[in-house]
Amino acid sequence: MKITGYADKISARPGETLQFMVNCERPRYRADIVRLVCGDLNPEGPGIREQVVPTPANKSYKGRAQTIESGSYVLIPNSPMLQDLKSFTVQAMLWPTMPDKGTQAIVSKWQERRRSGFALVIQAGRLALQLGDGKGNVEVVSTNKQLLARQWYFVAASYDAETRRGTLYQEPQTDYPTVSDAGRVRKKTQLERVGSNQSALMFGALRTGSGRGKLDQKFNGKIDSPRLANRVLERADMERLKSGVPAHLQQSVVGTWDFSRDISSIRVTDVSPNRLHGETVNMPARGMKGYNWSGESMDWKQAPEQYGAIHFHDDDVYDAGWEVDFSLTVPANLKSGLYAARLRSGSEEDYIPFVVKPAKGKEKKLAFLLPTASYMAYANEHMATNAGMMELLSGRLAPFDKNSLFLNEHREYGGSCYDSHSDGSGVCYSSRLRPILNMRPKHISALGGDGSSLWQFNADTHITDWLEAQGFDFDVITDEDLHYEGLALLKPYQVILSGTHPEYHSLQMWDAMKAYQNQGGRLMYMGANGWYWRVAFHPDCPGLMEVRRNEGGIRTWAAEPGEYYHSFTGEYGGLWRNQGRAPQVMLGTGFSAQGFDISAPYRRLPGSFQARAAFVFEGIGKDEVIGDFGLIGGGAAGLEIDRADERLGTPPHTLVLATSQGGHTDIYLVVCEELLVTTPGLGGTENELVRADMVFYETPSGGAVWSSSSIAWAGSLSHNNYDNNVSRITHNVLERFLNPEPFVR
Amino acid sequence: MHTVYKISANDQDVVEEFNAKPIGHHSPALQRVLNVIRGQPVRDKYVLICTKPHKEWTLGQLTGERGKPVRMFKDQVFGSVEDAEREIFRRRWNLHTGTKG
Ligand SMILES: [Fe+2]
Repeated sequence: MKITGYADKISARPGETLQFMVNCERPRYRADIVRLVCGDLNPEGPGIREQVVPTPANKSYKGRAQTIESGSYVLIPNSPMLQDLKSFTVQAMLWPTMPDKGTQAIVSKWQERRRSGFALVIQAGRLALQLGDGKGNVEVVSTNKQLLARQWYFVAASYDAETRRGTLYQEPQTDYPTVSDAGRVRKKTQLERVGSNQSALMFGALRTGSGRGKLDQKFNGKIDSPRLANRVLERADMERLKSGVPAHLQQSVVGTWDFSRDISSIRVTDVSPNRLHGETVNMPARGMKGYNWSGESMDWKQAPEQYGAIHFHDDDVYDAGWEVDFSLTVPANLKSGLYAARLRSGSEEDYIPFVVKPAKGKEKKLAFLLPTASYMAYANEHMATNAGMMELLSGRLAPFDKNSLFLNEHREYGGSCYDSHSDGSGVCYSSRLRPILNMRPKHISALGGDGSSLWQFNADTHITDWLEAQGFDFDVITDEDLHYEGLALLKPYQVILSGTHPEYHSLQMWDAMKAYQNQGGRLMYMGANGWYWRVAFHPDCPGLMEVRRNEGGIRTWAAEPGEYYHSFTGEYGGLWRNQGRAPQVMLGTGFSAQGFDISAPYRRLPGSFQARAAFVFEGIGKDEVIGDFGLIGGGAAGLEIDRADERLGTPPHTLVLATSQGGHTDIYLVVCEELLVTTPGLGGTENELVRADMVFYETPSGGAVWSSSSIAWAGSLSHNNYDNNVSRITHNVLERFLNPEPFVR
Repeated sequence: MHTVYKISANDQDVVEEFNAKPIGHHSPALQRVLNVIRGQPVRDKYVLICTKPHKEWTLGQLTGERGKPVRMFKDQVFGSVEDAEREIFRRRWNLHTGTKG
């Protein structure tokens, strides 16, 4: 892809302005604002449906390349104290994860052009002190002892300007007999001096120039308790500095940084009297257990002094920080919906999707809640390239479109909360301030099942397409709006329609939806594996979300013990189910099985013949098979599927209307949170839990919930020119839900 | 996933079943074979590049190294996913059994 881009916001109301940032490797490109209706390229389906909306932004622009600089670090601005160091001691606790991955800076104060300054680094897998005299000469002192990955070390280096002696300490915190990974080296250097410079002090990287792309020596692993002193310290004094600044060292200390302060922020605090504060860049992981974690506390809020580590990754990214190329002030008369800035240059094309919300007070009766938190969790996922499991999960070869090929090559675009970092640790933060190339119309995903192969954003265009085709008036709102606006966002609506896979919810989102239900709001759950993971949004930084993969649940990585609390909020992470809020509490059904090859139909159950559910099945035959067709796996029940379960919170008066039980392949397996003892027979042809249960129930104040409980459901809506029983059931439910007549008075 | 099961001539019966329906319900015997061949780790793993979406697929191969381009076999082009599945099954069968499938 020679053209990619992102917007500063995910949604805007009329009158508000969106800014678009574009990377274009061609001289010019054309931008057009389009209303997105359907993004499915499959010729068996409705086809691409989009309408150009005339706006002042629609025109040709000059192209320019914009790149992303990935890799996280801490930046402490330069100051006289830092600049005037002649002799010094630098120390930290260190947990390297990839000591053999090239040179990695732990602490750097370096100017590359003149080779001036110092850096405590890992070089050739060993601790080393890199010194530059400012005249182009560099000398490196190494312990020559190989560091082990994922082990804690005390590391330190000092330099004596008078004797020109450098000293290094590499002290493992665990002794393994026969392993020689400890080292102490004292060496007289040839350099006349260590040059001064005006560069920032950095933890976790080194900069070789001012421009983007000059970030170098990116460190992978944890740094805890870095300290800097203005003279050579005795080893005993270094030890004392671990836990504070004793009086006799006050004159010597330059900085003692405590990463356990302000864990929820990007601030980095120097607790020494010098207050050389800084901040993190590109969101390294915080709330990480430190070298002194005892295992007695699992919560960083309870024992912050044991969570003084920051985990840096060479592929962390937060804000791509591109220059703005054009902006759009949403016209007053533009109706709410799903839109995109369509960027084209020759055969190159990208879309930057966004949502136009209704003007306040101009809401329609129906809103489609676009699951943007889930899009963020999946943003730029690399499951098919990073892990071998995709073909097993999907029972077919993994398809790669141009977006997937690009993401495989451009790791600087960052991973998703399904990926692992290059060092194998899980990606717990995801940002939307970067191009998200799997949140695009026309995108084909390996997860999307045989057929159209759509997942998340593009699969959700099957819903917008159906709403348009059926002539329903609807607004589009997003998860992020729900998080920040709460119940007020939902209150005007008679009916909320979910996306195909609304999996991720913050506490604010969860509470708002429950409150909406309790006051009579109606929810149509058009998907599955919804309301599953708890997430947190960053308190200060926009467009940034956190997921901790705790305890159980289908997950592609596992949070480390002791790291189950969100750093952004201090809230316990993981499955909502493990916090007393299983999806069944919200939807009547919850995640039960998954498989990604083909889908299955539903058959009616006795519940569907009760008078309370008659409206759902109007025009549907008694023995009619429901949804034995569709663009997603050829059936309406598929990919991820949910079941009713009273013990998990399905309301006792719930009517189970239909089920897909017995129709699935053995690629479909019971979810792992159901497995206490593993036994044979977990697949779709054998296990009763492998099923999508369609349910209906009434809620307090005259509301109701209807759940399809299948991600594939929306892929069947357009079959036979929208004349089919999946479309009819959805239509029946939506018509009735739009009717204000209470279900139960 | 590295599987323990070794595909051999004893599995010959499943070849016909696979060729008749590469994607969908399979017998346990075929599924066991597919678990082996589809469970290959990412290094040198075959994938399908959507060169013309929903019309034309080109054989690709992952390198297993992050950031390295997917290898593309421009002379291995398929008009359907099923044809691609059959060809790749044949290649993997040969690799695992040392015989022609
Ligand atoms: Fe998911």
